[in-house]
Amino acid sequence: MSDDRPDQPPSDEPAEEPRQPSAEQPELERPEGEHRPQWRQTLAILLSNRAAAVGLVVLIVMVLTAVFADQLIRFPINEDNIANRFAPPSADHWFGTDDLGRDVYSRVVMGARVSLQVAAISVTISLVAGTLLGLIAGYRGGWLDTVTMRAVDVAFAFPAVLLAIALVAVFGPSLRNTMIAIGIVFTPIFARVVRGSVLSVREDLYIRAIRSLGASDGRIILRHVLPNVAAPVIVQTSLSLAFAILLEAALSFVGAGVQRPTPAWGLMLADAQRFIAQGWWLSVFPGMAIFVTVMAFNLMGDGLRDALDPRQRTLIEARGAGGGEDE
Amino acid sequence: MSDALVTVDDLSVYFPVGRRRDGTAVKAVDGVSFEIAKGETLGLVGESGCGKSTTGLALLRLVEPTRGSVTFDGIDVRELSARDLRRWRRRAAMIFQDPYASLDPRQPVGEAVGEALDIHDLHQGKQARRTRIGELLERVGLHPDVAERYPHEFSGGQRQRVGIARALACEPDFIVADEPIAALDVSIQAQVMNLMAELQRDLDLTYLFIAHDLAAVQHVSDRIAVMYLGRIVELADRIDIYRSPQHPYTQALLSAIPVPEPTRERSRRRILLEGDLPSPMDPPSGCNFRTRCAEVFEACGRVDPALAPVTDGHEAACLLHHDQGQAVERSHHPDAREHQKA
Amino acid sequence: MADDPILSVRDLHVSFRTKRGLARVVRGLDYDLHAGETLAIVGESGSGKSVSTLAMTKLIPMPPGQVSGEVWLGDDDLVPLSEKHLLHYRGRRIGYVFQDPMTSLNPVHPIGRQLTEGMRYHLELSDEEIRERAIDLLQKVGIPSPEKRLDDYPHQFSGGMRQRVVIAIGLSCDPEVLVADEATTALDVTTQAQIVELIGRLQDELGMGVIWITHDLGVVAGIADRVLVMYAGQVVEAADVDALYARPRHPYTVGLMRSLPVLGDLERRDLASIPGLPPSPTALPEGCAFHPRCAFRDDDRCATEAPPLRDIGDGHLIRSFYEVPEEIAQEAAAEARIEIEPPDADDVGDAAAEVGSRSGRGGET
Ligand SMILES: Nc1ncnc2c1ncn2[C@@H]1O[C@H](COP(=O)(O)OP(=O)(O)OP(=O)(O)O)[C@@H](O)[C@H]1O
Ligand SMILES: Nc1ncnc2c1ncn2[C@@H]1O[C@H](COP(=O)(O)OP(=O)(O)OP(=O)(O)O)[C@@H](O)[C@H]1O
Ligand SMILES: [Mg+2]
Ligand SMILES: [Mg+2]
Repeated sequence: MSDDRPDQPPSDEPAEEPRQPSAEQPELERPEGEHRPQWRQTLAILLSNRAAAVGLVVLIVMVLTAVFADQLIRFPINEDNIANRFAPPSADHWFGTDDLGRDVYSRVVMGARVSLQVAAISVTISLVAGTLLGLIAGYRGGWLDTVTMRAVDVAFAFPAVLLAIALVAVFGPSLRNTMIAIGIVFTPIFARVVRGSVLSVREDLYIRAIRSLGASDGRIILRHVLPNVAAPVIVQTSLSLAFAILLEAALSFVGAGVQRPTPAWGLMLADAQRFIAQGWWLSVFPGMAIFVTVMAFNLMGDGLRDALDPRQRTLIEARGAGGGEDE
Repeated sequence: MSDALVTVDDLSVYFPVGRRRDGTAVKAVDGVSFEIAKGETLGLVGESGCGKSTTGLALLRLVEPTRGSVTFDGIDVRELSARDLRRWRRRAAMIFQDPYASLDPRQPVGEAVGEALDIHDLHQGKQARRTRIGELLERVGLHPDVAERYPHEFSGGQRQRVGIARALACEPDFIVADEPIAALDVSIQAQVMNLMAELQRDLDLTYLFIAHDLAAVQHVSDRIAVMYLGRIVELADRIDIYRSPQHPYTQALLSAIPVPEPTRERSRRRILLEGDLPSPMDPPSGCNFRTRCAEVFEACGRVDPALAPVTDGHEAACLLHHDQGQAVERSHHPDAREHQKA
Repeated sequence: MADDPILSVRDLHVSFRTKRGLARVVRGLDYDLHAGETLAIVGESGSGKSVSTLAMTKLIPMPPGQVSGEVWLGDDDLVPLSEKHLLHYRGRRIGYVFQDPMTSLNPVHPIGRQLTEGMRYHLELSDEEIRERAIDLLQKVGIPSPEKRLDDYPHQFSGGMRQRVVIAIGLSCDPEVLVADEATTALDVTTQAQIVELIGRLQDELGMGVIWITHDLGVVAGIADRVLVMYAGQVVEAADVDALYARPRHPYTVGLMRSLPVLGDLERRDLASIPGLPPSPTALPEGCAFHPRCAFRDDDRCATEAPPLRDIGDGHLIRSFYEVPEEIAQEAAAEARIEIEPPDADDVGDAAAEVGSRSGRGGET
């Protein structure tokens, strides 16, 4: 059955001697598929998640509102107008007026600035402090780790609101102190998240591989550990921003937070409850602002969790979902 | 051997187990000695968990040895300060088994290669760095414009080549390759082995090639060390070890490897090992292998055989080959074996 | 083989819907498996080996997976059957043994429970009988004092022992067909030798057909009666084991053999690697799926027309317009041949040696 090849097609002329398997240098290779920068892939995955996309849009609107609050308000926010108290929503006063006749719409808009600012600054404090603690504890280990994590456990034993109130009680109520208090309350959360991730990343093979090149600890932490714990930290940041807004509202509500007449959402809600019978709009609009913002941060946090996981991405790529726009 | 680049003497690595320091330890590597000549490839084979990776890591001080010494080109590696150790790493690189796990998932592959250059200040300026990264990628058969891509975009074989490019960036003299082909497809394994061989020729590299696939090890190595339970049981030239294996474990290992020949495979009578690998926490007394050895005799439980020359350049750690008079007590004496069973 | 096959696969197609498009993972698979026969499926990672066997009993996620074609097990075609009906086939008539002994066992249950689960469902036996059978099975797969080990958890077993348990589970309901999917890949060669020997012995005892999926051409040589070489979801070469190793005729198979390092090769011949990568199942090349990597031929025809699977004599099938020339085929086969006799049980006396399970079977085929 061997030498003659009955099935050889007629086109097989002697000129076309079969090529010998070549030992020649194979040409340079590229991975298959189109390359897109990592942030674009992350964004693509984030936006393919509808809930997260909605969250993102809401947050962008909120941030723009906070930034351009001065242009967006329709009345000076602290101008009393007793004659026009408790006016229901109308063409003039979109969200109605409050017990002092102030425009609720303008105060909610300005409140976005206050609330987001409190949230952003307090979360930044905890992010920096917590990440630092977590990194050191996780990477160094030993007694440093034990001590740090004991402290974190103690902090966790108290409910966040109580702890925050206690701290404000010590520092004295003010906008600045509210931010510091919330920052301190959240620090252990970040420390714990970061430490956990560092502990797992530290054992990853690529860390050992980079050490084998002669990299110093500082370089390993900055260039490899930090970027690889960034994902859970970013997610935690988003969730914490939501929680910070709630906490600020709660603190203001009990009078331990932002002080009158600053238009913070929580404070407005606190004042509104006394007049619940006079006007639903007093509580509904600030309440909605809180709800929507908190929701948006949460949705985005969940979306980011998926979008930032490179293993997840490989999975999606392998299954063919990542490449959105190619056929 | 006077031209040894790497000399390992009595290297041991024990991992303490549990929190209590009661002395229980995994004896991952237990008194291993060998030399690797400049330009040579030493293959290290053995079953999973026998301590191959740990040997490689300890050699580069990526885990701290418990005992013993490693000399690299006259440098006592265990004496290096943290700072000198980092600087020394330039000369001795490592390639890992899992080409995905050994690359930072958030670092483009060009950066992974470039980082090695940065660490040791091996480039002048951004442009030079870029060019060098391109050269290195090209050297391993990848297109220079893939530098911006992330590891997850590459296939297994391509990732492994990135790992090799990174190892080459420091222009090392010595590379420990820990199962560099185990995770790859057969047709891709040859690509990587050929590449490593070519690089060795061109760059005068010295390799410690770790694998469990004896055929692959034999293909790339000049000499081969067989490990069992933390020890080297036999060390010989790549052909010798195959032509005349001296240690019963090596014989069993070779006999177990299937070869791509149907007629021969069907008629082979394999030496099947009985029982399981003993725990490295509590290895048997005397010779490690005696619990599974077909040729065991009474002295094996008492005497711990050292690696000793059998013929020129062929060493084995087995009492059968030691000149101390026990050699006559071969397993063929039925009563000798009875002793052991007790 | 004159007797009727116990398993006949005809024109099996499996695809997955993905965002990149339809991934055609298995594209028209045909084969027969006879009682007592071992069919080896070899091929690169992703060539569809696992999916093709999983799809027989729809053990793939559906959707996104979809299966078409015919899978005849005796007189039943499994493809149209519903999930509920398939339960009577999975484990009962087709047993599976998967690659990783770590993950195919549930760490939180004792092995006895995992071993008897299938039997409780499929076999009408009393608890006492099931227990006896479990002990018997563990005995068969070579676990010492099995009655004491039924209540042990997976972590109390070594890797090799765990794989024996997994095999016992695969065999627990007396399947007609056993699919061993990379059943020894995660194991050491010495353990692999034990497991290969074990499955061969059980096969002789129980007369089942075995589909052995692996990428190790050495293992295949020892166990297979017939071999399917898969590439990009298709069989590219199929032949009786001796014919395939003596004269591989498809460029891919030849490339595979030439890229294999061989034990005891004295002068260290160059390994001929196959350049490039296998195609992605969502972007299969036009024409012959192998042509972009083919070292022998790629003319217009290869690039435009898909070659059919054709018989080149004695049931040796290749999917290629051109077969590799006889001389090169034989050269490739010769290169893969070892040059020094490996040590054998005869060399060390007969104490621990066991006759290779296959020695008696060579003449059968
Ligand atoms: N960090 C560690 N802590 C405790 N035990 C360890 C550690 N690393 C390795 N071991 C143990 O040391 C022994 C040797 O491990 P090693 O990884 O060197 O084996 P290996 O020969 O490379 O195996 P494989 O072929 O599976 O890679 C094993 O028993 C392993 O469990
Ligand atoms: N659920 C799924 N969705 C999409 N694609 C899938 C799915 N399962 C498997 N595939 C694809 O099917 C193809 C064949 O996979 P399969 O597991 O059969 O390969 P294999 O030949 O067994 O490879 P290996 O040797 O790696 O086990 C692969 O390209 C894989 O990505
Ligand atoms: Mg290892
Ligand atoms: Mg598979």
